[in-house]
Amino acid sequence: MKDQIEHLKKRVGQGRITRREFVGRMGALGVSAAMANVMMAQAVRAEGPKKGGHLKMGSVGGESTNSLDPAAAASQVPYYNLNLFGDTLVEVTPEGKVGNRLAEEVSSSPDAKTWKFKIRKGVEFHNGKPLTPEDVLRTMERHSNEESKSGALGVMRGIESMKVEGDMFSVTLKTPNADLPYLMADYHLQIQPDGGFDNPGAGIGTGPYILEEDQPGVRHVWSRNPNYWDDSRGHVDSVEILVINDATARMAALQSGQVHLVNRVDPKVADLVNRAPGVRIESDSGPGHYVFIMHVDTEPFSSNDLRLALKYAIDREDMVEKILRGFGTVGNDMPINAAYPLFDETIPQRSYDPEKAAEHYKKSGHDGSPIILRVSDVAFPGAIEAAQLFQETAKAAGIPLELKREPGDGYWSEVWNTQPFCASYWSGRPVQDQMYSTAYLSTADWNDTRWDNEKFDKMLLEARAELDEARRKELYSKMGRMIRDEGGLICPMFNDFITGVSDKVQGWVDDPTGETMSGRWSSMLWLA
Amino acid sequence: MHPVLILVVQRIALGLLLLVAASILIFAGTMILPGDVAQSILGQSATPEALANLRAELGLNEPPVTRYFNWLFGVVQGDLGTALTNGQDIATSMGRRLSNTLFLAFWAAAVAVPLAIFLGLVAVLYRDRWPDKLISGVTLASISIPEFLIGYVLMYFVAVQLGWFSTVAMISDSMSLLEKLSVIALPVAVLTLVVLAHMMRMTRAAILNVMQSAYIETAELKGLSAFTVIFRHAFPNAIAPIVNVVMINLAYLVVGVVVIEVVFVYPGMGQYLVDHVSKRDVPVVQACGLVFAAVYIGLNMVADIVSILANPRLRHPK
Repeated sequence: MKDQIEHLKKRVGQGRITRREFVGRMGALGVSAAMANVMMAQAVRAEGPKKGGHLKMGSVGGESTNSLDPAAAASQVPYYNLNLFGDTLVEVTPEGKVGNRLAEEVSSSPDAKTWKFKIRKGVEFHNGKPLTPEDVLRTMERHSNEESKSGALGVMRGIESMKVEGDMFSVTLKTPNADLPYLMADYHLQIQPDGGFDNPGAGIGTGPYILEEDQPGVRHVWSRNPNYWDDSRGHVDSVEILVINDATARMAALQSGQVHLVNRVDPKVADLVNRAPGVRIESDSGPGHYVFIMHVDTEPFSSNDLRLALKYAIDREDMVEKILRGFGTVGNDMPINAAYPLFDETIPQRSYDPEKAAEHYKKSGHDGSPIILRVSDVAFPGAIEAAQLFQETAKAAGIPLELKREPGDGYWSEVWNTQPFCASYWSGRPVQDQMYSTAYLSTADWNDTRWDNEKFDKMLLEARAELDEARRKELYSKMGRMIRDEGGLICPMFNDFITGVSDKVQGWVDDPTGETMSGRWSSMLWLA
Repeated sequence: MHPVLILVVQRIALGLLLLVAASILIFAGTMILPGDVAQSILGQSATPEALANLRAELGLNEPPVTRYFNWLFGVVQGDLGTALTNGQDIATSMGRRLSNTLFLAFWAAAVAVPLAIFLGLVAVLYRDRWPDKLISGVTLASISIPEFLIGYVLMYFVAVQLGWFSTVAMISDSMSLLEKLSVIALPVAVLTLVVLAHMMRMTRAAILNVMQSAYIETAELKGLSAFTVIFRHAFPNAIAPIVNVVMINLAYLVVGVVVIEVVFVYPGMGQYLVDHVSKRDVPVVQACGLVFAAVYIGLNMVADIVSILANPRLRHPK
């Protein structure tokens, strides 16, 4: 029997039989399905990636208005495209550590104010030009200069000066930042020849795949870069991204075998898809969270009792069950969860408590007029339903919520960050410092709760410069508790990223730091 | 000059005037929408600096009237400009989408129009008997069901379960005509079902109307077969209303199929327009609006001219 098992393991590792077949035959040999799955994963890993084939993905988040300019990327398809043609200096690994890419070595001065990146040698751009530290410098300049419209402008703002020293690219910061390498892993910061100044949307980088066809909003075709510097990435010969924005069409394309993977599976159908033949679901928890945000400087939300009343009046478990169908975890009214390094697990979980809510509501002295919550289905999937659940549970605590449905078109410019109480979404950041600096520092542009606390700002800057991890963790814990108990954030849930994958696809890695293996699916997966 | 020719020239001049009016309306409409292109491009990730930089770069700081006339001036010279969002040449990228849309519309029309007229004739032939009732029932049912639902149902049974056709109707230049036709089979089927009833019912009604005339009775009394009577004597006199309704449906096939495009992931004009409206990319919206308006006006003009030519009294005025 052992021989038979070994034989089957070898066959499945080489991709000669499917997962379903393997599990079935192992079952016949008396091996449980769970065990068989583990054995299969081992076998596949032992066999190593298989080269070749044409990998196709059906993806949401592509429009005819997209370009390949890394500075302009804001949705999934452009994000995947960047990962295909480009490389960043460093990346955030699935374990939440910094991994080297075009930088071979990262070092800092003891005060974390000056950072040096040793640039890899012998790397070539798709146009044949060799990569130099000057290209890195120019790229960073394009994303940080006065005229920049880059999505990474915010993370570049703390930089005082940049220069090239031999094969080193060096950055000097205005204030020390122990997390700078994480900022440099931002997906906008793909290194382009001469920084991409002359033609930012050319799609030329050092990445594993070379552009073949670029039809924004329709499809993007890429072929393997034969001169790619990293042998451990880029397994398939070609990659094709089909823009399929309609959820049902995406599922149909996966089930009829026209694509190998699809992103953003609707939690409502995830279980059904998992049961369908030839496909499976990969669900990764991450830092993305669905939120209701209050402006703490605007009546009536300026009363912390009212804020606490609303926080106690929301049923988090129920929302994870009904809105996410279990594909997610409960939030704790702070933007940080276990997906972040240095997360403090001991912060008590807040739960639904109508009595406490009623008590705080009474203490707030609110006049009992309806509190208007603005919501739209673009805020997050299921936002309207979530707001309705919130309305019901708040009603049970005697708090009158009135829902105002806003048009999805223009929601991010007219409602979010403008109106005092609305539904929204945060995709999260790789490290706590970046999340807090983006949305909770008093001077942050996207301070969408109008959180302005001197003590908090001071702790944030202190933690940023602190190289001692224990001390940093303590500071972050204090800041988290502060937001949780006094902030304007009601965070009912963190959503999972759900991806539908064909059984032909191997090499999946659970990655909590970003959607679909942090966008690295194209170069890390292979076809069995 | 021949009166028909004068009429055609008049119609074309009026059409051009309508196009300009439509472009003003579209431009005004995009101005009323909340937010501008800079905000839409940057979305949730808009910082004030990035917004200001992008606005200056796109020339959004000029007054709207100036922007409109700059655009109009370009169009008159045949220059549709470049998209504000991704800098692509509008004529090139829209041309590709337009040819896809026309490709789908052509094949849907090639199936639907003859089928609708044929079914209309059959329905007249067997009027008030079971073939008539069956044809009317089925076509009316299919027009009453929302088109995306028909799309999903066909997709599930024909593509996912049976695996006969593709669920994704994405055509590309490297495909042969046969491959393209196989890929667009499902959207063509859905569009046919959607436009069939309207044309079929009009054919049936128009011919039945003519069938009341005395000369039809004469033809019947001559001993002609029922089908010959309908096809040779009734149909030519019923052609004007039929052409009208056919043209409306053709226009629909070109400008109104965005739902089908989304469901079957077809790279046509509809999705292209919707993407650019949601990003407030005015030059592209203008260009698409112009093309759509031109299609509508053009097809309606054809319908008018055909109905004039089909009527001997208008063709040979005294």
